[in-house]
Amino acid sequence: MSRIKEFNLPDLGEGLTEGEILAWLVKVGDDIELNQPIVEVETAKAAVEIPAKWAGRVQAIFHPEGATVEVGSPIIAIDTDPNAGPIEQSTTGAPAADLPTPSAASLAAVEVAPEEGMVEPGLIGGVAPGGRTAVLVGYGPRNAPAKRRPRKGGVPAQAAAAPAAPVQAAPAPAPVVPAPALNGTGRPAGGPVLAKPPVRKLAKDLGVDLAALTGSGPLGSITREDVQRAAAAPAAAEPLTVAAPVTAAASFGADREQRIPVKGVRKLTAENMSRSAFTAPHVTEFLTVDMTRAMKALDRLRERREWRDVRVSPLLLVAKAVLLAVKRHPMVNSTWAGDEIVVKDYVNLGIAAATERGLIVPNIKDAGRLSLRELADAMTDLVQTAKAGKTSPADMSGGTLTITNVGVFGVDTGTPILPPGESAILAFGAVREQPWVHKGKVKPRLVTTLGLSFDHRIIDGELGSKFLRDIGDFLADPEAALLAWT
Amino acid sequence: MAKGDPGAATRSKRAAPRTKRAAATGEPELVQLLTPEGERIESALGPDGTEYRVDFTDEEYRGLYRDLVLVRKLDAEATALQRQGELGLWASLLGQEAAQVGSGRALRTQDMAFPTYREHGVLYCRGIDPIMPLGLFRGVDQGGWDPNEFKFNMYTIVIGAQTLHATGYAMGVAMDGKTGSDEGEAVIAYFGDGATSQGDVNESFVWASVFNAPLVFFCQNNQYAISEPLERQTRVPLYQRAGGFGFPGVRVDGNDVLASYAVTRHALDNARHGQGPSLIEAYTYRMGAHTTSDDPTRYRIASEVEAWQAKDPIARMKAFLTKQQIVDESFFAEVDEQARAESVHLRERVLAMPNPEPVTMFDHVYPNGSPELDEQRAQFSKYMESFEGSAH
Repeated sequence: MSRIKEFNLPDLGEGLTEGEILAWLVKVGDDIELNQPIVEVETAKAAVEIPAKWAGRVQAIFHPEGATVEVGSPIIAIDTDPNAGPIEQSTTGAPAADLPTPSAASLAAVEVAPEEGMVEPGLIGGVAPGGRTAVLVGYGPRNAPAKRRPRKGGVPAQAAAAPAAPVQAAPAPAPVVPAPALNGTGRPAGGPVLAKPPVRKLAKDLGVDLAALTGSGPLGSITREDVQRAAAAPAAAEPLTVAAPVTAAASFGADREQRIPVKGVRKLTAENMSRSAFTAPHVTEFLTVDMTRAMKALDRLRERREWRDVRVSPLLLVAKAVLLAVKRHPMVNSTWAGDEIVVKDYVNLGIAAATERGLIVPNIKDAGRLSLRELADAMTDLVQTAKAGKTSPADMSGGTLTITNVGVFGVDTGTPILPPGESAILAFGAVREQPWVHKGKVKPRLVTTLGLSFDHRIIDGELGSKFLRDIGDFLADPEAALLAWT
Repeated sequence: MAKGDPGAATRSKRAAPRTKRAAATGEPELVQLLTPEGERIESALGPDGTEYRVDFTDEEYRGLYRDLVLVRKLDAEATALQRQGELGLWASLLGQEAAQVGSGRALRTQDMAFPTYREHGVLYCRGIDPIMPLGLFRGVDQGGWDPNEFKFNMYTIVIGAQTLHATGYAMGVAMDGKTGSDEGEAVIAYFGDGATSQGDVNESFVWASVFNAPLVFFCQNNQYAISEPLERQTRVPLYQRAGGFGFPGVRVDGNDVLASYAVTRHALDNARHGQGPSLIEAYTYRMGAHTTSDDPTRYRIASEVEAWQAKDPIARMKAFLTKQQIVDESFFAEVDEQARAESVHLRERVLAMPNPEPVTMFDHVYPNGSPELDEQRAQFSKYMESFEGSAH
């Protein structure tokens, strides 16, 4: 036993109770050195790398990326003497043949995964002495799973879809998990769920879906014990896949409400938005612009040989327009700092991006110094990094002015809320063909609407209007604006 | 480390000795004897015209390098131990090694130091076992060294409080008549840029100044008070504040171990000779987090960290030793191996630290105990024994 060591998630700050696994830096089977970084964990205080406590070989990884893990739960098992031959067979009630040797991938994907010869007697996933939950090796967290709110999306469906999957079957010995995998049995299909109100309350608190349980009480009603057992069952019934996005279709419990914990990016976004909305007095102005000429200019740009491999989008022109307009009105690129206004000579241009993890606003540092080509490359890079989920906190800090491209969602414009510390944000709406008076006649033209929100403490209506007007002028006729301004 | 024999040949004497004075940049001048590229500057002038120089032997240069590397490695090990759940908290000194080793080595045996909670490098130079602060941060003791034996006070967590302790101590030294000669005592108080905004520190300045206390205020300006940048602490360079209190101030390159040594040694010697307090602003940068509970990427940008990376205190010393052929490659390998071995040893000893018996909390309240404490201890012991199978 002492050869395999489990590492429990420590309290990385002071008094923290949980952390989110951001990324594993090692995989099962890797040989690792003492103090080699093995995992990135984000807590309420910081995102940190945890160094390996022992040298050896990674034997098992207990939580996938994206999982929220309670402090004190094991996250990784390390074989500290991997060259000493196979691990001894411990006394086990379960025949080894029943326990498939999982591949590295399944080990990584499954929270509680059995491996030959490493099994506590018939109890994986079950309740071990001392109120702990038995896991792969040694003992797991005391009561930890009971407090975890199981991810609701699709649990019953997946359990029903793959009832014979060994990773589910193995950790579910009879007395432990009667419930999740046995959806609906014992109760007339479609019939009402029978449970007393306090039990329903408990189920709600523990995040247990009553509809997925089989009642052991009178008339098949669900008892308190049923709920507690279901909650205590480790997420074994929940086949986690490492890359599973949390955005699975919402599933609703009997009360037809779904409760989503507010954390991570969502929490941060909420805090930032509330803080900004209620500290900076926002004003929003709109301007509708005929971009036909600009779109033609973009086409000509794309045709140029040296721009052949560059991603050219209308957003690029908008970014350029903003940067040029900032040069003409530097005051918009500023921060309200209480008793002073900090005007910046550099523009860290934020581009709001919708990612799987939520809204993030990475910025292009000192974008005003970049040529159009450099700007295009920087924007492509920024978007790809954001889509890959690799945007670093440094990329997101220090923004001075932001563009949000709501047009990609097909809407005309919006009244954006300022990122905290910034004084202006531009919403770029969809560019679409609309009737427009052009040279005295109504013609179909490519038109967009810009929405500029600004901090009225710093920027008066006049300045905000001039700034927006300049952006519009550039987008209406980029060539002339360039000639006139630069 | 004793000051080098003044007659000893010094390295890198140039045909025309180079003396550095204010560069024509926006930044106020700082005393520097070793550039980030590892070029030695013969001497440097402080703002009051004081000429700073060091004359080290090759052995002493090697010793300083060894100190820097060991201090950094042990600090990194402590950070790793915290991440592995073996320490509750750790305040890393990464990036500030030169300021601490330079000033720490400038202390004479009789000098007293008052640290914050980050002075692991000074602690090391005072000859204290580096395991000592780890017991404190592991929560198994209160920090177990004898301040009188090592002339190094306990770590102080309260920001700036130790400057008051140091001022009182230094006033006591003066009242005992222990100043006024080469054997005189001096006191050094460590604090950070954030502490300069504290009332305690400003009160210390006032008292030390008007009582002419033999005290050196050593401020490691690492640019951030947790997340608050320097420009939110001060509108003037910190060392210039000393002028308003009536004693000299100097800014030194805190990533230059030689200049840190020279400036501190000079200030301490002034203090011990009865010339009163002074302020040293060691201009440096905290490369890591404020503590392990902090995430610096949330408030500072990567390019800033990179710019300071180029001023690394160890890299410049290594470049200097290499260029001057004071050492060869085997020396660096040997130092690295020593650092590795000592950090492994440190780790083993931390993991082996016994948890204290709960009743020991009554032991150190008063030096000689008290009947009331005895009663409390007895009561508590009885309570603990009431548990089934209680081995505590």
